[in-house]
Amino acid sequence: MREITYLEAVREAMSQEMRENKDVFILGEDIGVYGGAFGVTRGMIEEFGEERVRNTPISESAIAGTAIGAALTGMRPILELQFSDFITISMDQIVNQAAKLRYMYGGKGKVPMVLRTPAGSGTGAAAQHSQSLEAWMTHIPGLKVVQPSTAYDAKGLLKAAMDDDNPVIFYEHKLLYKTKGDVPEKQYSIPLGKADVKREGTDVTIVATAIMVHKALEAAVELEKEGISVEVVDPRTLVPLDTETIIESVKKTSRLVVVHEAVKRGGYGGEIASVIAESDAFDYLDAPIKRLGGKAVPIPYNPKLEKAAVPQVPDIIEAVKETLNKRIATHA
Amino acid sequence: MIKTVKLPPQITEEKLVNLFKEMWLIRFFDEKVDEFFAKGMIHGTTHLCVGQEASASGACAVLEDRDKITSTHRGHGHCIAKGAEVNRMMAELFGRTTGYCKGKGGSMHIADVDKGNLGANGIVGGGIPLAVGAGLTSKMKEEGYVVLCFFGDGASNEGSFHEAINLASIWDLPVVFICENNQYGMSGPVKEMVNVENIADRAAAYGIPGKVVDGNDIIDVMNEVNEAVERARNGKGPSIIEAKTYRWKGHSKSDAKKYRTREEEKEWREKDPIGRLRKLLIDEGILTEEKADQLKQEAKKEVEDSVEFAKKSPEPSIDTLMEDIYA
Repeated sequence: MREITYLEAVREAMSQEMRENKDVFILGEDIGVYGGAFGVTRGMIEEFGEERVRNTPISESAIAGTAIGAALTGMRPILELQFSDFITISMDQIVNQAAKLRYMYGGKGKVPMVLRTPAGSGTGAAAQHSQSLEAWMTHIPGLKVVQPSTAYDAKGLLKAAMDDDNPVIFYEHKLLYKTKGDVPEKQYSIPLGKADVKREGTDVTIVATAIMVHKALEAAVELEKEGISVEVVDPRTLVPLDTETIIESVKKTSRLVVVHEAVKRGGYGGEIASVIAESDAFDYLDAPIKRLGGKAVPIPYNPKLEKAAVPQVPDIIEAVKETLNKRIATHA
Repeated sequence: MIKTVKLPPQITEEKLVNLFKEMWLIRFFDEKVDEFFAKGMIHGTTHLCVGQEASASGACAVLEDRDKITSTHRGHGHCIAKGAEVNRMMAELFGRTTGYCKGKGGSMHIADVDKGNLGANGIVGGGIPLAVGAGLTSKMKEEGYVVLCFFGDGASNEGSFHEAINLASIWDLPVVFICENNQYGMSGPVKEMVNVENIADRAAAYGIPGKVVDGNDIIDVMNEVNEAVERARNGKGPSIIEAKTYRWKGHSKSDAKKYRTREEEKEWREKDPIGRLRKLLIDEGILTEEKADQLKQEAKKEVEDSVEFAKKSPEPSIDTLMEDIYA
């Protein structure tokens, strides 16, 4: 199969859809001749023209609201929000408008739009351009939240997001843009709400999102050398969440480590841990659930500090070993 | 033929008479709602547009059916003017399944998307970018409709106002921004909150026309809005129309109106938009006093009937709680 990057997969998914469906268009800051801050839309304005690749002013509230209003009236917009941190500036439109219009209107009207946005640290862009705020979005009924970790998933999930009749927040991790993977040339769809077991194992389950999927897989390779068999589950979409796959995996391994880059406190890992705590998988647990997440600190600039703020491979290895060494006391 | 005033060509004498009745319908509807809130018969809160009927009716009067509107938290008048049925509006305020939102939206979220009412909005300025999006659809799909975007003087200080109007202006979108300046954003007097004399003056910042109209004179509203709508429909881009008006009631149900004087209220009541249209219609010989009173009574009866309709309508079943979150 053909290998392309995560970034190319995102672009290809959009371009193929725009060739098929004239209601699909993209808007965002610097997405025209510049090609987007990360180059995702490079070449698209040349193919589709400035009507369908709409370069916007720096007005996150207006562009989010415009996408929503266009979606409500029959278009299927893709909004590229230059950095996911900027969701703060468009929050009213996403949270109070996009997520709620259909419900408030008693089921009339729909908002079929995708908000694509690069998230995560590791680029040295510091505290206002490096956050992982996906848990905020998962808290809002009416939104769907997607976090692809591979080029293959990015293309298939974006197709599903564009086909969905609801507002979908599609988080792309900046450090994954250059990662390569096998990606079919044809369009395909990966249903929202279907997790993927990225590696099978028997001793411990790691549920990891976005870039942490790759770190978990690296940790699994290291741990295998010590005879520890790790299963890595990538939920791929946080809303809807495929609880079944996670529960089944934990029932099999009896141990759970959850890892994400976002700040641990109030992070989505708490939701995943709770899903297990509230399910029948709880009875299968041989050790307490372990959560790994970013430290409760703004992402710092200095590269050493920046790295220290989010989980790294050795942290995951340590967490797995800790889990394996712990036992839940049984009461007679 | 009307002799003393100029009218947009599509506004016939018959249409004017209908508008007279429609303004009464808006007034009686909101007065009835006021009464029910005072008696504790419906819950939540509400924002009444009594005294502002001319801007809602006048602006919507010049539209074609295919045109769309976005409304505000003070939106009952806009809904009626865009053709909503008062039965279903009253049912919504009673939280019934026959309401426009099946009882899930209430006063601040009445919408009729299929008929071009893209919804009232509980967030000040929240609907302005949505109107721009609807205008973008009209342009991209070449549908030829115009979007009327209602907002208040308070919303003109929101970032969404400036961002959205800038966007509409650079893309020449068919949106007419109607500022209903009712002099107060909740308790904040416009003269303390805005440093220009007219909100319409802000249009200069976006290179688009900005006009001030007497918001209590439906004729003035219709003429200026019609011109802006025609301009938008012809691809010449957006405009701002500022309708200077006054809300007779408080901001919402719990307002003691300490921030303004009773004298000021009295002065504005003398500029009653319905009374002014009534006088014009009688002076022009289009209506007799008797006929005018009869139309008023008909409007009153429609509102009373809507209360009966609402009361007889069923409450939503708890089973519907989780319906309609996702499409």
